[in-house]
Amino acid sequence: MTTDETVQTTPVGPGPTPGSAESGTARVPRLAEGESLGKKDFTSDQEVRWCPGCGDYVILAAIQGLLPQLGLKRENIVFISGIGCSSRFPYYLDTYGMHSIHGRAPAIATGLATSREDLSVWVITGDGDSLSIGGNHLIHAMRRNVNLKILLFNNEIYGLTKGQYSPTSRVGQVTKSTPLGSVDQPFNPVSLALGADAGFVARTLDNDRKHLTSVLQAAADHRGSALIEIYQNCPIFNDGAFEVLKDRTSAQARIIHLEAGQEVTLGDQVAIWDEVSGIRLVPREQADPARIVVHHPEAADPSTAYALSRLDTPDMTHVPMGIFRNVTRRTYDDAVREQVAAAQTAPVTDADIDALLAGQDPWTVSA
Amino acid sequence: MPLSPAGIPRCGGSGRTADHDGTRGAPSHVVGISHSVCTARSTMERTHENDEDIASMSTTTVKRLDRVIIRFAGDSGDGMQLTGDRFTSQTALLGNDLSTLPNFPAEIRAPQGTLPGVSSFQLHFADHAVLTPGDAPDVLVAMNPAALMANLPDLPRGATLIVNTDEFTKRNLAKVGYPTNPLEDGTLESYDVHPVALTSITVEALTGFEGLTRKEKERAKNMFALGLLSWLYTRPMEGTELFLKAKFAGQPEILAANLTALRAGYNYGETTEDFANAYEVAPAAMPAGTYRNITGNVALALGLVTAAHKAGLRLFLGSYPITPASDILHTLSGLKRYGVTTMQAEDEIAGVGAALGASFGGALGVTTTSGPGLALKAETIGLAVSLELPLVVCDIQRGGPSTGLPTKTEQADLLQALFGRNGESPVAVLAPATPGDCFDIALEAVRIATTYRTPVIVLSDGYLANGSEPWQVPRTADLPDLRVEFATEPNGANADGTPVFHPYLRDPETLARQWAVPGTPGLEHRVGGIEKADVTGNISYDPDNHDHMVRLRQAKIDGIRVPDLQVEDPTGGARLLVLGWGSTYGPIAAGVRLARALGTKVAQAHLHHLAPLPANTGDVLRAYDHVIVPEMNLGQLAMLLRARFLVDIQSHTAVRGLPFPATELADVIARAVKE
Repeated sequence: MTTDETVQTTPVGPGPTPGSAESGTARVPRLAEGESLGKKDFTSDQEVRWCPGCGDYVILAAIQGLLPQLGLKRENIVFISGIGCSSRFPYYLDTYGMHSIHGRAPAIATGLATSREDLSVWVITGDGDSLSIGGNHLIHAMRRNVNLKILLFNNEIYGLTKGQYSPTSRVGQVTKSTPLGSVDQPFNPVSLALGADAGFVARTLDNDRKHLTSVLQAAADHRGSALIEIYQNCPIFNDGAFEVLKDRTSAQARIIHLEAGQEVTLGDQVAIWDEVSGIRLVPREQADPARIVVHHPEAADPSTAYALSRLDTPDMTHVPMGIFRNVTRRTYDDAVREQVAAAQTAPVTDADIDALLAGQDPWTVSA
Repeated sequence: MPLSPAGIPRCGGSGRTADHDGTRGAPSHVVGISHSVCTARSTMERTHENDEDIASMSTTTVKRLDRVIIRFAGDSGDGMQLTGDRFTSQTALLGNDLSTLPNFPAEIRAPQGTLPGVSSFQLHFADHAVLTPGDAPDVLVAMNPAALMANLPDLPRGATLIVNTDEFTKRNLAKVGYPTNPLEDGTLESYDVHPVALTSITVEALTGFEGLTRKEKERAKNMFALGLLSWLYTRPMEGTELFLKAKFAGQPEILAANLTALRAGYNYGETTEDFANAYEVAPAAMPAGTYRNITGNVALALGLVTAAHKAGLRLFLGSYPITPASDILHTLSGLKRYGVTTMQAEDEIAGVGAALGASFGGALGVTTTSGPGLALKAETIGLAVSLELPLVVCDIQRGGPSTGLPTKTEQADLLQALFGRNGESPVAVLAPATPGDCFDIALEAVRIATTYRTPVIVLSDGYLANGSEPWQVPRTADLPDLRVEFATEPNGANADGTPVFHPYLRDPETLARQWAVPGTPGLEHRVGGIEKADVTGNISYDPDNHDHMVRLRQAKIDGIRVPDLQVEDPTGGARLLVLGWGSTYGPIAAGVRLARALGTKVAQAHLHHLAPLPANTGDVLRAYDHVIVPEMNLGQLAMLLRARFLVDIQSHTAVRGLPFPATELADVIARAVKE
């Protein structure tokens, strides 16, 4: 079990105290007093080319709605994506953007975020992009705690390559490359992120714009790696994958809304701690009140958050939604910059370079 | 403006002349005999200032030599690389010209006393310009039977052999398959053998160190050997003493033991009757200036820092540890004082990805690797080609394919660097010629990357990376100005006259697009690996646009202005040209000079720019009846030049993981002339 020590990391140089609640955008230039931007300012002149009915449209609209609210200068916002349908995202936003290569967006974004503290850097990725070909970069970005907002569009399928199963496809799923049904065990992206010690981990749904926006706002405020899994419908190759969470009646019976400080409940069921199975749902009248789980996303120890993420069932009988974890720990990019700043006591001059080049043991040859 | 220094090795280069360069055909290599001319000229008595010392020791003569090649060889754990490094530093401070060849196994500690575990360090130093670490050692220090067995074949008869007799036990002899003791069975008859019980004398010298185990005392034997060699070649030891004091600052007893062993070795040389002479090698005549000893990896690291400074950019290194490139990461990670950011990434791909991300943000993005890493980075380099952003990729080549020979040198990544990506993906490719030249090549790489907004691949190799030479330290103010301008204003207008930024609008001269970094208002734009329309950068699947863009990217690289290929031909009458690239410069130059010493007319030229090639390359090739291209691969440059210029090039190749011996190249030249 992880202890508080892993979260309360030792400072590696002068700077803000670890655990301080400096915002994720604290060092990004803000709009001047009286200045404001609207959705239109974040809409590029490019025609959006997702399939009709694609969940990506809703997410795009939510982000175009959210970005003006952040109050940041538009030129200091950067979106970096990998490859896949969702990764076309940057083209449709009028910010700085890069549509990179398959799986590598977190690595590229790490270099950018580390060298530029004045930028708000967002990564757009999909389940294939970030959990298959780019799995290594994803876990290391979260482990390092780079100040990146990683939006993982999970449609449980490869859309751009036309319908092969993905690392989040369910066991038994019949796709073009699994005619007899997939035998791969899927990843639970939230569990994976918590396992990699991400400071901010959340799950939301493409068609719940209000929830989506609130989660994204919280992620933007978080200083450090934020992983937001967004269930996103692919109407062509995996239509209806999340339908049971969208239909009002069935959603009510299935979605566990995680609220900070509140008991974890689903209808008249309540989540309790159980020595054997971690967290499970039981009817309230059977619950020992001492064992009822109250959600604390700010808990340094990720164990409870992880146990909550395991409440997921492949058939979506119950699915926790919301912010699983929101703890601040020292970010990689801040620490790197602080080491450089501490070493760089004065601007570098030609004389400094001359001395560096001469080294410890130079000798002189006279004419 | 092309960099003046690139293309002309600063040190060990064509600016100086060397007549022999440690490559002798005659079999008499005994120190002091092969150099009898010099010895006769300058034999002198060593003067002792302390009269009391004289009484206790034999009178030793100090003879002057013009050059010496020493090889230290021992077990991986014997500290041979450190011993060689320290002896080299002492030698550099004396003002000799020098060249080194560390040669060690990939295993950190192979089984003790076995042939695979042998590690060696060769140093060639002279009172004149040297070009290579030398073909054959004059002196071999063999710390055990395995070191003797592995290195004896390279030792010319008559050479000096200093052997640690303590290690010549039955067991150790059996480990390497010596049926009898070579120290006793006549095997070494034709050598000048100095048997020294290095281990036991060291332990004896450390009797008073009660806090140390016998094993710890034995470990200081390399310092004893260094002390002995320092006496034998009259090298000052102050630098090594300071080095040890810094290294063992927290371990006073280990420090004292090492200092004692070092001095004991020195005193042993002075006291024992075994060595009749000590030797001196006078400083080499070098152009006036400040010098230091430098390895290729350090020169490359310093070059990158200097280039970033001259460019006014922050240096960002994204790298993953790999032999033999890691020392660049180590060096740069210690230079935060100069604004350097280093990131040890989770893998090779992340290393180059982070560097490219930093470049997108306006830093100087650099990644360092070796051949296997270059393969992994290929897709990201292709992205950089498409993004048209500056990126410097340093490939410190090693033996391949696959893991190959991690600690040995090779230059078989040329075609990978030029063509090893999907699609038409042209980049600039440069190669340094000597360790010191790595500095100039780093500056040149940054000039090209920033001016033309392109990835540049630098092909160094293990030999340059770890080998060292004296390097004339340049003045920062004298180096070229590499300042970069970022875009600040929109560069176009919409149909309705609204100012817009066209990310792929090009400078007509360089064909480079503007570098517009995030944070610049009004220049928000998107780039990506998907094909873009010229000028606007919008996604484009238009067939003609793709054809246009593919040709444009190639034209941009082809149009990079690089200095002409220089030919060195002292007589002007040569009909034979030897053309090389990369680290073969020293061996080729040495081979060419051996051939010239025999009266052969031969010209030499060396490519520092592999892409684009200097504009006059074809003219140079066609001006000779016969062109030889020696390479440590199976003829990659030769194939390219044949294809491109239709010249019937003779390819001479070897892939032994070691630099060419100069004599081998001299033979190739001699045979070619006879034909």
